[in-house]
Amino acid sequence: MSAAVTDSASLAPTTDIASLRGDFPALQQRVHGHPLTYLDSAASSQCPQAVIDAIGTQQGLNHANVHRGVHQLSERATLAYESARERVRDYINAASEREIIFTRGTTESINLVARSFGGSRLSAGDEVLITWMEHHSNIVPWQMICERTGAKLVPVPITDAGELDRAAFDRLLTDRTKIVAFVHVSNALGTVNPARELIGKAHAAGAVVVVDGAQAMPHKRVDVRDLDCDFYAFSGHKMFGPTGIGVLYGKENLLEEMPPWQGGGEMILTVSFDGTTWNHLPGKFEAGTPNITAAVGLGAAVDYLARIDFAALEAHEAALLEHATERLGEIDGARIVGTAADKASVLSFVIDGIHAHDVGTIVDAAGVAVRTGHHCAMPVMDRFGVAATARASFALYNNHDDIDRLILGLGQAVELFA
Amino acid sequence: MNELQELYREVILDHNRQPRNFGEIGDADRVIDGVNPLCGDRMTLYVKLNGATVQDVSFRGTGCAISVASSSLMTERIKGASVDETMSLFEMVHDMLTSDANEPPDELEKLVALAGVREYPSRVKCASLAWHALRAALTGTEHEVSTE
Ligand SMILES: Cc1ncc(COP(=O)(O)O)c(C=O)c1O
Repeated sequence: MSAAVTDSASLAPTTDIASLRGDFPALQQRVHGHPLTYLDSAASSQCPQAVIDAIGTQQGLNHANVHRGVHQLSERATLAYESARERVRDYINAASEREIIFTRGTTESINLVARSFGGSRLSAGDEVLITWMEHHSNIVPWQMICERTGAKLVPVPITDAGELDRAAFDRLLTDRTKIVAFVHVSNALGTVNPARELIGKAHAAGAVVVVDGAQAMPHKRVDVRDLDCDFYAFSGHKMFGPTGIGVLYGKENLLEEMPPWQGGGEMILTVSFDGTTWNHLPGKFEAGTPNITAAVGLGAAVDYLARIDFAALEAHEAALLEHATERLGEIDGARIVGTAADKASVLSFVIDGIHAHDVGTIVDAAGVAVRTGHHCAMPVMDRFGVAATARASFALYNNHDDIDRLILGLGQAVELFA
Repeated sequence: MNELQELYREVILDHNRQPRNFGEIGDADRVIDGVNPLCGDRMTLYVKLNGATVQDVSFRGTGCAISVASSSLMTERIKGASVDETMSLFEMVHDMLTSDANEPPDELEKLVALAGVREYPSRVKCASLAWHALRAALTGTEHEVSTE
């Protein structure tokens, strides 16, 4: 099954990041008469041609249900689906493909852990530690399970720069803490959390750690064994793959002990009215027909990322962030929200007297796509006393021209509202 | 820029900069909270009735230029109007924002400034929030309206 990866893996990784833009057909189009300037990859990234082709081939020629048929197409589909799992395993350096559960995305991955692991482990008096910078998908599932089990949800505050308050983390992490769940890279602020350090401390306190990796995957080479996290959740559509697919990585011993959370086909070994036995991992957590095509697309996205030199990628994105931060200084009344020392290429900002929505509409007219609103992180907005921000996020395919067009658009907004 | 000027007409920018009837009415008969969960915008509408007349109306909250201007223009237009006339204005504004069939009727007066919103589907809710709050104030029993 690993044969499929060897031909691409044997090539030296690409250090020429600027050349990658040409791989993305969506970026070649014009919007409102201007070249598209796509600065909303933190919400959802574009797909390279290789991913689009893999999706087309899978759906067009190899489509059948998986794990069920003896016929040729079913075998092909099963092979493609399982080979995608193997590529993901290899990419994040998990020990076994049994540790790679395909889900609909980060949200479903976290719900799975909260319901199955949290639901069976938490009781009154226990605490779940999260942070003030979480996406709603790493807040609400924990609120729901805490409500059900009587456990308490404890958020760790953040500083004015949008960094985790480390002293507060140390103070709030106690022997009551059973689960620590935190975002690796914040979507609203760009903050990169010191994951390895937090995981080490949580383990020392006897807690199990869940990491929301949705925003880390497109920017960092994640190694789950190096991090030593217990669970790691991410989405295909934020790492140049399609929507409808994501991953929950979990350590095998924990996943083994956990009860299934959805029942149906695929997750069982035998069913009778006297009782049902669960399938082995990972099938136990994949009830029903999965999103086969999207899994294959994610496999292709992982192949694409595996060919990239991440030191070069990080340098490229750091240069973009620096250029954008500097040029935003030219805009009257602009203020950056989230100024962590370790920050991914995400620029959240507000402009005095101009609501983020108006900023979004005005730059869109210039072909520039940014995200505006609360970014599914209302506690972050409250913390910084704003209702909404505009957010430009930069991915591997963005360049300095994109940023200059954004600044031009922002200049028009300021002029219009002056 | 031209299309944008159609959306952000001078009247809109002016009402955004200096919203009319901004603040609370202490002895309001109806207080309605409006939220746009998509963007987190919130507004509160205060209405004081005198029989079948909107004697006083005001609003508070945070929002984009479209939603602030829409609230401001609305309060300015309906203050002193009858409830019936106000409800028919609601219908006219709703039509203007959601269908491009007809020219907006003359009765809308300054409210026609909101016509440009029609071309921006993602912004229609910004303009209509205040009006939905108003309708709830005059007809419904709810205390909160949402654009979703
Ligand atoms: C940090 C973070 N966590 C979780 C999610 C949820 O991901 P999805 O909607 O793909 O489940 C997102 C997406 O916006 C995110 O940015």
